[in-house]
Amino acid sequence: MTSTPTTAGDPSGPGATGAPDPADPAGSGRAWRVARYVAGRLTTAAVSLGAVVVAGFFLFRILPGDPVRAMTEGREVTAEQREELRRQFGLDEPLWQQFLDYAAGLLRLDLGTSFQYREPVAELILDRLGSTVLLAGTGTVVAALLGLFLGARAGWRPGGRGDRVNTAVALFFWSVPTFWLGLLLIVFLASGRGFVPGLFPTGGMVDPGTDGVLETALNTAWHMVLPVITMVAVIYAQYLMIMRSSLMDEKGADYLTTARAKGLRDTLVRRRHAVPNALLPTVTLVFLNLGQIVSGVILVETVFSWPGLGQLFYSGLRVPDLGLVQGLFVVFAASVILMNLLADMVYPLLDPRVRP
Amino acid sequence: MSAPAGTPGTPEAGGTDRAGEADGATAPASPGALARRRRREALRRFAREYARNRAGLFGLAALLAIGALALTAPLLVDQADLTITGAPGTAYQPPSAEYPLGTDNFGRSVLDLVVWGSRVSLTVGFLATAVSVLLGTLVGMTAGHFGASGGTAGRIVSSALMRVTDWFLVLPTLVLAVALAAVLPRGTGTIIIAIGLTVWPATARLVRAQTLAVEARPYVERARALGGGHAHVMAWHVLPNVMPVVLAQTTLLVATSIIAESTLAFLGVGDPTTVSWGGVLEAARNAGAISSGIWWYMVPPGLAIALVALSFTLCGRALESVINPRLREQR
Repeated sequence: MTSTPTTAGDPSGPGATGAPDPADPAGSGRAWRVARYVAGRLTTAAVSLGAVVVAGFFLFRILPGDPVRAMTEGREVTAEQREELRRQFGLDEPLWQQFLDYAAGLLRLDLGTSFQYREPVAELILDRLGSTVLLAGTGTVVAALLGLFLGARAGWRPGGRGDRVNTAVALFFWSVPTFWLGLLLIVFLASGRGFVPGLFPTGGMVDPGTDGVLETALNTAWHMVLPVITMVAVIYAQYLMIMRSSLMDEKGADYLTTARAKGLRDTLVRRRHAVPNALLPTVTLVFLNLGQIVSGVILVETVFSWPGLGQLFYSGLRVPDLGLVQGLFVVFAASVILMNLLADMVYPLLDPRVRP
Repeated sequence: MSAPAGTPGTPEAGGTDRAGEADGATAPASPGALARRRRREALRRFAREYARNRAGLFGLAALLAIGALALTAPLLVDQADLTITGAPGTAYQPPSAEYPLGTDNFGRSVLDLVVWGSRVSLTVGFLATAVSVLLGTLVGMTAGHFGASGGTAGRIVSSALMRVTDWFLVLPTLVLAVALAAVLPRGTGTIIIAIGLTVWPATARLVRAQTLAVEARPYVERARALGGGHAHVMAWHVLPNVMPVVLAQTTLLVATSIIAESTLAFLGVGDPTTVSWGGVLEAARNAGAISSGIWWYMVPPGLAIALVALSFTLCGRALESVINPRLREQR
């Protein structure tokens, strides 16, 4: 907690990363450390990505035993068709050759071919990436804002009534399966058979036959209400809990006593002094929890038939279309690793205490 | 620095009066008897502390009730009523006196399905947790112990293990579990393995931190100085002190595992031959009950999942705050 910057005499900050001046030993040492930090993080991310590639191969080519049988489970297939599939997917080659082909394909952003859509997986993913980012982004931003806001209030007076109610509600939503909450919302708010008329659409992204930029945007927003509510309800709890405990850690700090001694009102002490400092540890954890957002978006898209990557994943599972599932597995895992790398790079800029 | 449940009691703890009298009456108690009494008292103190947590008591009561229901399910539900051909009612009857929670699209009683489903959901929850806790404890203790006292080779092993743990921690859990469940043969065993292999890293991190704290204590150094090997130190000194933390974590993990089980079943990679809460929800969705507003088909199984998960979470939090008061505000 109290780790001080190692170069107390060098106030130049991130600017020192620019051009290291050999005449200035402190500056070049600083640049060296920054370079080492960046190189270390890049290596870790690269190794993790490599592990994802190997895991993708192991999971989908070696573990199922015979991928062709897994692909054609529950269907009548002749021996010739099986041989044809084997040739088509390169499964008649030795394993190491298959792995090299697969890894080389990944480098060219070739994720293989979907068995079900008869299209390259990469194209299928690109087509649907936008709608997933729209949904997941909106959900995350709303959940983070709500969780941080409520968490700051709960953590400021721990044990109070507001804190107890907030924590109980958050825990309840955290215990509820994401997909069930979505199903409930559909039954009661969209199906039109419950106690209220159908206020929202039961699924999809845009109604067919909608034209005009404004009209499309409004229609999409209307379709997004229930999916976003579902995502927010399930993920805001963790932001609330993180913010709450982070603020409680800050509460005893001396600078807050100083702020109070200056005669600041309680709300101002919280908003201007405590919250900005408590936000720092929260930022890392927000990035670390990205994996859960991926899980959440898969379920929400499945429930609401949102045409994104999650629904694509689900359709791949149902067939089963292992090539598609494999491609999505690699993409999901890689995107989480890259976002974590980004967090590692951004965090030192936000918090001077952890600067290399 | 949690005080493990097995440490000698503090004299001011309640209930020592009687113990004191007993001491006076039978002056030279054997060491075994002393240890037993000490343990009994630590347990009583533990129960008292736990009883002070009202949410924890509620969770425990709910779990006992649901556990009893799951165990007696064969007496309450006629298994023939659960088959599609032997369904007693007609499709989509709303809740009535005969079918308190209505019927599904085949005419089966939803109440029966929910009662029977508790068996699979709880079994998978417990077994998957057992797998992940075993794995997490093993990895965490190995990494912690050899990192602290294994020399250079130990540090290398330790950091390699933690790298693997971090990798698993970062990966989207659901995607990995679904992928595993999709490629392995369908069945309850696959679900248990898929969940167990994906939720262990948090336990490993926790156990490693606790192991490092224990390894720094003087009595571990004393044990090593007396010639205790790695296995001896880990089994006799580290493990007993790690167990309390693991117990609390286990309780929290069961909640996670039960939700994971229902999620896998809902995504269609569960075991199609058994009745589980997630499976009922999947069937409800596939039968079109959702968009036609048949709420009694899908509200009860979800509520059951939420109730069990919430109860385990409440128990876990209560245990955590008893075992380690400093953790009380962490979660």
